Amino acid sequence: MTNLREQVGPYFGEFGGRFVPESLIAALDELDSTYQAAKLDPSFQHELAELHRTYTGRPSIITEAKRFAEHAGPVRIFLKREDLNHTGSHKINNVLGQALLAKRMDKTRIIAETGAGQHGVASATAAALFGLECVVYMGEVDTQRQALNVARMELLGATVVPVTTGSRTLKDAINEALRDWVANVDNTHYLLGTVAGPHPFPTMVRDFHSVIGTEARKQMLEEFGFLPTALAACVGGGSNAIGLFHAFLDDADVELYGFEAAGDGMDTNRHAATLNFGRMGVLHGAKSYMLQDEDGQTMESHSISAGLDYPGVGPEHAWLKDLGRAKYWGISDAEAMDALRLLSRTEGIIPAIETAHALAGALKLGKTLEPGSSILVNLSGRGDKDMETAAKYFGLLDKKS
Amino acid sequence: MSATSNVLKANKSSGKGSLIGYFPAGFPTLDESVDAAIAMCKNGVDVLELGVPYSDPVMDGLVIQQATESALEHGFKLPQVFEAVKRISAAVDTPILVMTYWNPVLSYGVERFATDLKEAGGAGLITPDLIPDEAKEWLEVSDKLQLDRVFLTAPTSSKERIQNACDLSRGFVYAVSTMGITGARDSVDNLARQVVAGVRGASSEQNTAVGIGISTAEQVNDVNSYADGAIVGSAFVKAYASGGVEALTAKVIEVSAGLQK
Ligand SMILES: Cc1ncc(COP(=O)(O)O)c(C=O)c1O
Repeated sequence: MTNLREQVGPYFGEFGGRFVPESLIAALDELDSTYQAAKLDPSFQHELAELHRTYTGRPSIITEAKRFAEHAGPVRIFLKREDLNHTGSHKINNVLGQALLAKRMDKTRIIAETGAGQHGVASATAAALFGLECVVYMGEVDTQRQALNVARMELLGATVVPVTTGSRTLKDAINEALRDWVANVDNTHYLLGTVAGPHPFPTMVRDFHSVIGTEARKQMLEEFGFLPTALAACVGGGSNAIGLFHAFLDDADVELYGFEAAGDGMDTNRHAATLNFGRMGVLHGAKSYMLQDEDGQTMESHSISAGLDYPGVGPEHAWLKDLGRAKYWGISDAEAMDALRLLSRTEGIIPAIETAHALAGALKLGKTLEPGSSILVNLSGRGDKDMETAAKYFGLLDKKS
Repeated sequence: MSATSNVLKANKSSGKGSLIGYFPAGFPTLDESVDAAIAMCKNGVDVLELGVPYSDPVMDGLVIQQATESALEHGFKLPQVFEAVKRISAAVDTPILVMTYWNPVLSYGVERFATDLKEAGGAGLITPDLIPDEAKEWLEVSDKLQLDRVFLTAPTSSKERIQNACDLSRGFVYAVSTMGITGARDSVDNLARQVVAGVRGASSEQNTAVGIGISTAEQVNDVNSYADGAIVGSAFVKAYASGGVEALTAKVIEVSAGLQK
């Protein structure tokens, strides 16, 4: 097999590229060349690493989930604790990197899209830290189901714009952000929050998140003396998953599993399982798998998790799927919510609903593995933002009122 | 030879300017959009830009977004664009360029789409989110079928990219007047002159038409004083939305009045 880790875009096999209006090409070129220069610049790498050490709280720890693992067959389960990062998820890894690039490009304004609100919160945080203006586009539906994060962003000084076009979720928030960017490229950086979009975003965002897998690989070897049998991560756009996977891509013995949102179930048409049910197409600037009807119109996705409720997926995942290097399974709302409660009650860790899909996946996967196997789960975020959804789901609010 | 180019060059050499008019297929229904487009062509539009409704129109402002969303809600299906082209081209001689985001074409199959378009009497495609760098299959197919292909240039395009868009476009090069999305604006950006000058510098043969933000007769005349055509979209859609074919026809007559037809 070729060296999978060396891929730097713009294409991953036949996926990726830049399917955007000509008006954005100059900005993408500028971003690409700024990023290429920063990558080779030790002072940039040092600044980012110092921010992660003194602000993000890196390295994030690994926790063995022994009581949780009792429910997953004969395997050990390890959690890479991205939930302990400042702002509560992996999203900050990418945001700090891109905010530093925005400064290098002398941009004074950043815009971002957000689904669950975690990327919006991380962007608003970086904007506050660096003194940048920040506008966050969020589907109207998501502003309702993640109201707490809207308040956080506003407290941090960002402007949250509810998007009322199309399906009023993450995909439409990205459209609106792209429209803003076309009109304001001279002073604005579009801080895209996942490994989708036109080149260089999929590669650059992956690189900023690859710290997850790089740390985890070293921690597994140093603290436990072995590499895990399998990795597990949830997949929305795919950033936390590729961040964990990347350092392990060329460890042929380590299996890679991504878990997509199956919404009401894999046998229904209400899901967000793009890699399982999608078809190759172009969405938001890249060629990849996407949920589309026979006319190429994007279909609405469905998931209890706002952060996974996206009908597209990053091009590198499409490529890894076609190569057979990674496998992608669907996890329903119900399975995810069960896993969320189980982790809370067995380990005292309340995960984000997005992350709960990876945990449910690990429970399923564990039962198929040999005794003595191990699964490293990317615990991509904490569940505080989801308390209202979870309380409603489990009927906790009813009991009290 | 390109029918679109022929029209633009003929108008130019006889001292008239050209008006390129956009209307979405299927808005509000297929039949009504065909009637609207025919009325436009009969009343002053020299080249028709027929839009394909798409779920994620990132280049479009609210007016066109709402129109195309409504077309989709009324059940627009992709093959209807060929039916619309067929019916319009049976009624008028105006060259018809289909303006489409790339995914519907990719999904239908590039060669199949081009073949069906040609058969229906279409002149070619305008592709707002397909840059020449990603257009290998479309370049081959459009050469084979001799279809027009209109790429865009923007105020931020480099000299090399302008050259490339000029070399690879057939019919005309779409000069994006401003950094932004479709929608009427009070004044047409001075950047438009720069973009057109860039195209002229790259080629003495290639036509270029200015689009985005143009909505008045004054703007259409002004643009035609330095370019080979003015593209009007949102203003026509807005007129139709407020008063049907009648208001649309009046708007077409109004903005083309200065072109001395
Ligand atoms: C905690 C958490 N995990 C995962 C995701 C999904 O995004 P991605 O697939 O890019 O990691 C999100 C997105 O909002 C999130 O907040």
